[in-house]
Amino acid sequence: MIRSARRLAALVLLASLGLGACSASDGDDGSSGGTVTVFAAASLKESFTELGERFEEEHPGIEVTFNFNGSDSLAAGIVGGAPADVFAAASPSTMARVTDEKLTADAPVTFARNRLAIATAPGNPHGIGSLEDLATPGLKVVLCDATVPCGAAARKALAAAGTDVTPASYEQDVKSALTKVRLGEADAAVVYRTDVRAAGDTVEGVDFPEAAQAVNDYPIARLENAPDAPAADAFVAFVTSPEGRKVLGKAGFLAP
Amino acid sequence: MTSTAQDTLGKARRPRAPGRGVPLALLAPALIGLAFLLVPLLALVVRAPWSDLPEQLTSPAVWDALRLSLVCATTATALSLVVGVPLAWLLARTDFPGRSLVRALVTLPLVLPPVVGGVALLLALGRNGVVGRWLDEWFGVTLPFTTAGVVLAETFVALPFLVISVEGTLRAADPRFEEAAATLGASRFTAFRRVTLPLIAPGVAAGAVLAWARALGEFGATITFAGNFPGRTQTMPLAVYLALQNDPAAAIALSLVLLAVSVAVLAGLRDRWTRAV
Repeated sequence: MIRSARRLAALVLLASLGLGACSASDGDDGSSGGTVTVFAAASLKESFTELGERFEEEHPGIEVTFNFNGSDSLAAGIVGGAPADVFAAASPSTMARVTDEKLTADAPVTFARNRLAIATAPGNPHGIGSLEDLATPGLKVVLCDATVPCGAAARKALAAAGTDVTPASYEQDVKSALTKVRLGEADAAVVYRTDVRAAGDTVEGVDFPEAAQAVNDYPIARLENAPDAPAADAFVAFVTSPEGRKVLGKAGFLAP
Repeated sequence: MTSTAQDTLGKARRPRAPGRGVPLALLAPALIGLAFLLVPLLALVVRAPWSDLPEQLTSPAVWDALRLSLVCATTATALSLVVGVPLAWLLARTDFPGRSLVRALVTLPLVLPPVVGGVALLLALGRNGVVGRWLDEWFGVTLPFTTAGVVLAETFVALPFLVISVEGTLRAADPRFEEAAATLGASRFTAFRRVTLPLIAPGVAAGAVLAWARALGEFGATITFAGNFPGRTQTMPLAVYLALQNDPAAAIALSLVLLAVSVAVLAGLRDRWTRAV
């Protein structure tokens, strides 16, 4: 017992050392100058990663780091005091939670819009052609949770179609919904068109007309407490610039 | 013997450092450690939405999540006992090549991030998984997005706690009792059942409590492997996480429930716990 207790203690120590290492590097990122920390919606992962690289090329000395997650959880983090310089959300309502606390420097700007699409396995083996098809019994469908923008939009689109879908799971962000389809665990997921495009050949996208009634606006804003305000402003300006628009358009986003 | 005499005796048995005072070099970090553990829990109580609490806690969603959490954690503990005690016995009482490697592998899920465990479970037991494919094809059983999936995810992270605890107890237990039983004609299994098991019962109980607590708090593997659907796979930790996104007051209320359940379990098993450890 004593030996195993000792071993357990060693394990705990190991684990806490790991934690310590993580938090130490986090602290470095937040405090060093010339760094822009961007909290961005999960659906922006591919396009913002590319924008970040281009921005760093054009602004030597400034480093951009990203935290991609569900917009709601990012908003909760920012309200809770997470060290972010820029927030790019997938819906005005998640951005509103940050502006309500007066944490943004200026009014948010809409920089892109996104449409929903159904993601299925390559070749669409279940022949899904519309939102109504998702209600087929036995079909495993995953939706985003209603607290995240893609879930709120999917709910709106399903209501517009007059269809009631009981999903296998409400996922916590759009990427994990997509992943369930890519792994073959779910037959279909309602995600963004941009996610389908980013996934390449691993999924097939099905457009549906009700998506037009659930288009998401993506707002971006610099946060009040950004330590390096000029750098953060420069990144926001870059995202809304013609070059930024081009990258976003290539990823499948609609112009604001 | 009076109770005071007992107390004095109990105290006298404890080893004491020379000198009466506690050195500051030990006291200060100890108090910081204690505060670090207690302040977040106190904050939860202080910031709780006490006026809305009855309303928050009587919502059916909370009870669904709590019921599911209790059922799944208890089932996962039972599963862990069924396979974990024999596994611990194998590790403690037999000698086979690669035993230390097996023991290291058993403890791996302890240090593995639970989300990684969830991904691994998907790849093994998912509909297209290494094993899951055959389960689906032969029996029509798919585990992701089901309550059974929650139980498996929780068992995956809880089992190592039980095995380590029981193995430690087995190593400390005197094997001569089993040998004596064997000389009296008992088979090895009978000796295990009639002699060893009663002997190590406190260790098994302690391990079961550890495993149960770990299963109750399990989040990463569950949300990755079993998804999130109210009443089916949404356990308390998942409900807390999702509530925190848009309704922090509800998240605090749910957290208080979990805290109360944990305290109640630890208090209920306190005697057994202290004796075993």
